[in-house]
Amino acid sequence: MNMHKYEKIWIYIGSATLLFFLMVVGVSAFYMGNKPPSCAVTLDPENVRNHELFKEPGLKQIGDNEYQLTIVASAFDYDVGSDDKVVQIPKGATVHISSTTTDVIHGFEIAGTNVNMMLEPGYISTLTNTFKNEGTYTLVCNEYCGIGHHLMHATIEVVE
Amino acid sequence: MNKALDRLQVQDAKLVMAHLYVAFIALFVGATAGLLQTLERSGKFTLPAGIGYYQILTIHGVVLGLVLTTFFILGFMLASQSRTTGGFNKTERTISWIAFITMVVGTLMAATMILLNEASVLFTFYAPLQAHVLFYIGLALVIVGTWLDGFVMFKRHARFKKENPGEKTPLLSFMAVVTMLMWQIASLGVAITVVFQMIPWALGWVDTIDVLLSRTLFWYFGHPLVYFWLLPAYMMWYAIMPKIIGGKIFSDSLARFTFILLLFFSIPVGFHHQLTEPGIDPFWKFIQVILTMIVVIPSMMTAFSMFATFEARGRELGAKGVFGWIKKMPWKDVRFLAPFIGMLFFIPGGAGGIINASNQMNQVVHNTIWVTGHFHLTVATTVILTFFGITYWLVPSLTGRKFTKTMNKWGIVQTILWTVGMTIMSTAMHWQGLLGGPRRSAYSEYAGNADTLAWGPYQIAQAIGGSILFLGMIVMLIIFVNLAFFAPKGEQAFPIAETANPNEKPPKVFENWPLWIGITLALILFAYTIPLIDIIQSAPPGAKGFKLW
Repeated sequence: MNMHKYEKIWIYIGSATLLFFLMVVGVSAFYMGNKPPSCAVTLDPENVRNHELFKEPGLKQIGDNEYQLTIVASAFDYDVGSDDKVVQIPKGATVHISSTTTDVIHGFEIAGTNVNMMLEPGYISTLTNTFKNEGTYTLVCNEYCGIGHHLMHATIEVVE
Repeated sequence: MNKALDRLQVQDAKLVMAHLYVAFIALFVGATAGLLQTLERSGKFTLPAGIGYYQILTIHGVVLGLVLTTFFILGFMLASQSRTTGGFNKTERTISWIAFITMVVGTLMAATMILLNEASVLFTFYAPLQAHVLFYIGLALVIVGTWLDGFVMFKRHARFKKENPGEKTPLLSFMAVVTMLMWQIASLGVAITVVFQMIPWALGWVDTIDVLLSRTLFWYFGHPLVYFWLLPAYMMWYAIMPKIIGGKIFSDSLARFTFILLLFFSIPVGFHHQLTEPGIDPFWKFIQVILTMIVVIPSMMTAFSMFATFEARGRELGAKGVFGWIKKMPWKDVRFLAPFIGMLFFIPGGAGGIINASNQMNQVVHNTIWVTGHFHLTVATTVILTFFGITYWLVPSLTGRKFTKTMNKWGIVQTILWTVGMTIMSTAMHWQGLLGGPRRSAYSEYAGNADTLAWGPYQIAQAIGGSILFLGMIVMLIIFVNLAFFAPKGEQAFPIAETANPNEKPPKVFENWPLWIGITLALILFAYTIPLIDIIQSAPPGAKGFKLW
């Protein structure tokens, strides 16, 4: 197959860009630890509330400036452990988030942060995040879950 | 090319037109739903008659993403093959009519269930949301119909080779075969989850469903689905566009090679839609990210060939310098203008796609309305403007009419409306997505916090864009109806380009289908075997069905 000289140069440039790009993504994932959230930890979706982790949702301090935030999602609500649906997180704290769903698939996205993951029946989704900036953030559902999908929310206040 | 017909046999033309009628009805229904969605999301408008937002969202996705595209694509590919190989015989045509009827019946079943509010599950129908069983059966029938059409195209291509030994096969027929091969292999995934998981579960034969397995099978199909939309647009760009500008195909072999690469790297990539999901190992996610990104190479080759064709033609007409060709292009011919603007939109569209498929950046945009903005650039602009560009000559060539100067003017108006509307809507969607605005959501003020309230203006911008697009759709329908029923009788050419070097013989290996299928399957097995075993072996208890709408 005869290829035009310019076409060859173009393909080399394209391949080199591709290689560089994949290296950046790969180094970031496996050397710097920026892997997508995933842990393959399972539970019985019918029995979430009896699971050790999800008996009492909410924020718990587990170490020096380290917290565990547990949230149970269901149509169309995030149970964050308080009636006003507000969680206060100290600025700069390391927060390990665990969440799951008791019914259909939900999203778990804290708008304006990198916290964004899927909640699927039978799986525990986990992610660790440090909230560096003070402010009021909204946790929203970003996967369609039914007629009240757009009404699912909670508030995360990052405070001094 | 001596076997090629100037226009299609009457019976083949009827078959193709049947596909196009369905496609344009779908355009009307789907784009009207789209307008209502953007208006509802502006917060200034309530849907009438108790219609639910998610019901029209399901209509929009199913009717445009699955019905319009599938019917138009099959119609266009059947037409291209008929035109370049010398037409179908009676058996082939009969099978294709059976395929068409199967797809129409399937579409009507699914549509009825959506209209009865029994299937507001969106076009991705993620379990454990459970629609009426007829919705799933309808979708399965549509897929079976596409398979029959695929076999017709494979058979016609083989018959051409048999009847014309030693001759190179027509480029468009070759491309149609690659596209349908990719489609057949990919749609097996969705067929398996629909037939073996969802239908028994919706009928109550089994109580629960393995959600992750069904999502994985869906996305095994879901990403190739977007290539199934794109490849027919590439067919037009490679093999027809050069003729419209009066030029030649840059290289026949390279075009075929690009399609082979797209066959390899369009299927083993579904995990990049599942990057933020629990239950899939990050290592296998990364492997599929690599396989996804390889598509950069055939995409860059396509961009090169297109601009090489444009520049070569420009120079032939006396253009000087690097950008001189721009002045020589037939800007006033909408058959060129619409697909060309489609190509331009593919530059930000492709760049956005690379962002979406990246391990880390995906987490910022996943399931935000950025993604919606992205595919309104790629499929709803690049692909659709190319399809509109095809319609302008394909329909009159099938109905024995002329594409008049007046209609050409309306076509230009249409293209401008679409470009302006989509620029406004898609930009607002991308921006709102970066601010965290979720996709697939009705108007909501959430907790009333400042972050979510800041999304309001973007949603108003989307409503403005959506309204302009609606006007564009109406203009397109007027043109279609004119070309189908009212335009003056005459001969409209079905343009087919020739290669720059008429003696160019593509290497024989290109027709070695067992080889290409073998490599494709090997890549799929590599990318999916181990993670699928993991998913099945370490599956949690299954999920019951829910009807939450």
